[in-house]
Amino acid sequence: MATKETDNQQQRSSQELPVVLVNRLPSFRLPSKPPFEDDLLSHFHLLDPHDSPEPYDSFLSRHASSIRALITVGTTPVTAEFLNLLPCLGLVVGTSAGLDHIDLPACRSRGIAVTNASSAFSEDVADCAVGLLIDVLRRISSADRFVRGRMWPAKKEYPLGFKLRGKRVGIVGLGSIGSEVATRLSAFDCSIAYSSRKKKPSVPFPFYANVGDLASNSDVLILCCALTEETTHIVNKDVMIALGKQGVIINVGRGYLIDEKELVQCLLRGEIGGAGLDVFENEPNVPKELLGLDNVVLSPHRAVMTPESFEALLQLTVANLKAFFSNKPLLSVVSNE
Amino acid sequence: MEHHQERSDHRSQDLPQVLVIKPPPVLTLFEDKFISSKFQLLKAWESTLPLDQFLTNYAGSVRAVLCSGASPITADIIRLLPSLQLVITASAGVNHIDLTECRRLGIAVTNAAGVFSDDGADAAVGLLIDVLRKVSAADRYVRNGLWPAKGDYALGSKLGGKRVGVVGLGGFGSAVAKRLEAFGCTVLYNSRTQKPSVPYPFYSTVLELAADSDSLIICCGLTAETRHMINREVLLVLGKQGVIVNIARGAIINEKEMVECLVRGEIGGAGLDVFENEPNVPEELFGLDNVVLSPHRVVFTPESFVAASELVVGNLEAFFSNKPLLSPVIYE
Repeated sequence: MATKETDNQQQRSSQELPVVLVNRLPSFRLPSKPPFEDDLLSHFHLLDPHDSPEPYDSFLSRHASSIRALITVGTTPVTAEFLNLLPCLGLVVGTSAGLDHIDLPACRSRGIAVTNASSAFSEDVADCAVGLLIDVLRRISSADRFVRGRMWPAKKEYPLGFKLRGKRVGIVGLGSIGSEVATRLSAFDCSIAYSSRKKKPSVPFPFYANVGDLASNSDVLILCCALTEETTHIVNKDVMIALGKQGVIINVGRGYLIDEKELVQCLLRGEIGGAGLDVFENEPNVPKELLGLDNVVLSPHRAVMTPESFEALLQLTVANLKAFFSNKPLLSVVSNE
Repeated sequence: MEHHQERSDHRSQDLPQVLVIKPPPVLTLFEDKFISSKFQLLKAWESTLPLDQFLTNYAGSVRAVLCSGASPITADIIRLLPSLQLVITASAGVNHIDLTECRRLGIAVTNAAGVFSDDGADAAVGLLIDVLRKVSAADRYVRNGLWPAKGDYALGSKLGGKRVGVVGLGGFGSAVAKRLEAFGCTVLYNSRTQKPSVPYPFYSTVLELAADSDSLIICCGLTAETRHMINREVLLVLGKQGVIVNIARGAIINEKEMVECLVRGEIGGAGLDVFENEPNVPEELFGLDNVVLSPHRVVFTPESFVAASELVVGNLEAFFSNKPLLSPVIYE
């Protein structure tokens, strides 16, 4: 953590170090494990308005002309209005897997590059998606509750789970996370198909332009795509009915990809077979109807959370910033599509 | 209930009988698969007679028995079946059959190893992910309303890069290894003998394997040699971050010592589908968040049970037609 002493030392030598703004909601902080701030301070002069006694607006306007790059912490929003306060900004470094909290069109129109962090997280998110799928199909958490409830001696039988091999898995969004999911599930002998904004020519899996068609031809849907206006509620009642009564939905994207109210109804009515959910429309609130269901596995938005992914995130963050300030190509720039 | 089959249907007097002492799970769930024109079932459990009396009265000419973990085939049972030539189990495991005695008397044994390999491997990897990434513990956290109350749940640990020691590289172990590779794990193994065509590093003892592994997955059979093979010494070298997954047989692990290691934090966690004294689970495990408990079910799916039923019936029909058995256990 930066102390006053460190600050003073930094000020002497930091005239040389590039300035980076830390954009965060007051309750958010850069991760402490690994110690992000310490590491960043060895490369950059960090400005954090919330660490200053000066009023936020005044701090920002005083430093605005020196701010060419910012890190946005977690899902701290980057709005068009905020961007207007930073006339010299050239780079927004995202630190979460998603980007729906960043006004991408506004960045694009200002010529501000945006880097994302999904490659730091994609393996861990994919592991979590597969773990949730096996759990739902084979009732692992449900059976664990059964055993912990001391019911095994009394109720000798417990329902069988379902086979994974041969299941038709439809991946919604075949970016870095979706690709890692595909690699894993291929080793389990699932057949993979996908839906994406555009067909990917080098990919061997069948492509469906429409998520409804993907659902009709799948036993499992795994949501790995970004949340945008187009993808909000992309999994609606029709898609769930198309998926069918044995169908399983795994969501490691964003809660709003699914019409959550409809999802709850479909689960309660048995219109779909089960769900594994890491994200919800109104976190940390989970629809109470789900808390009592045995064919659902609930995860408190932690698919990314391993020490290893945070280490990878730190390295990616530093690498993108260094590339920017050396006029070299950015590592994980979001392309303008 | 009829006490024996012969009186019930005069036509079935011609069909040879297959003794079933207690019904294996496949029979309970898929009884219709066991209707055959080549044999009929002699259901000992439906009789009120004590078992040895039932066998003496009615099983003298029985040539085949379908057994399960709940109804082991011991030397004593074999002695009461003078005509026995075939022991069939619907399971992969054969530890409930006195193989030495069967071999001595020339009694053939068939099992169902192949049909459970994929589902077993899926289950083993599922349990490993659950323990490493705390899936069930986090699900409990949410169901208990703690997410709004207490915020984020603890970090899990990445699978990729982990060194996973597979104990036993038969059908199960190979299927597990294939899946682990897709997660970026490094696979190591121990087996009775080294397998020359296999790309994974071989360790001649479980202790050496554990010393070099982050996780152990037990995929071997229960025999006199493997009983309590995983003991305190092995667990201590696996280490404080170490995770053990057992989908094979409870007695391969010294359960008392494993529980102590878990309670004392000497290993990192465990995913257990099998226990030494099922359906009893050591009480101490119920209080641990780094353990995932499964009631000897996670390997099973309806599809594999149907396949096991078909294999059992296939073996019986082959036997009664004097054709080669489909899945004989080879004595080593």
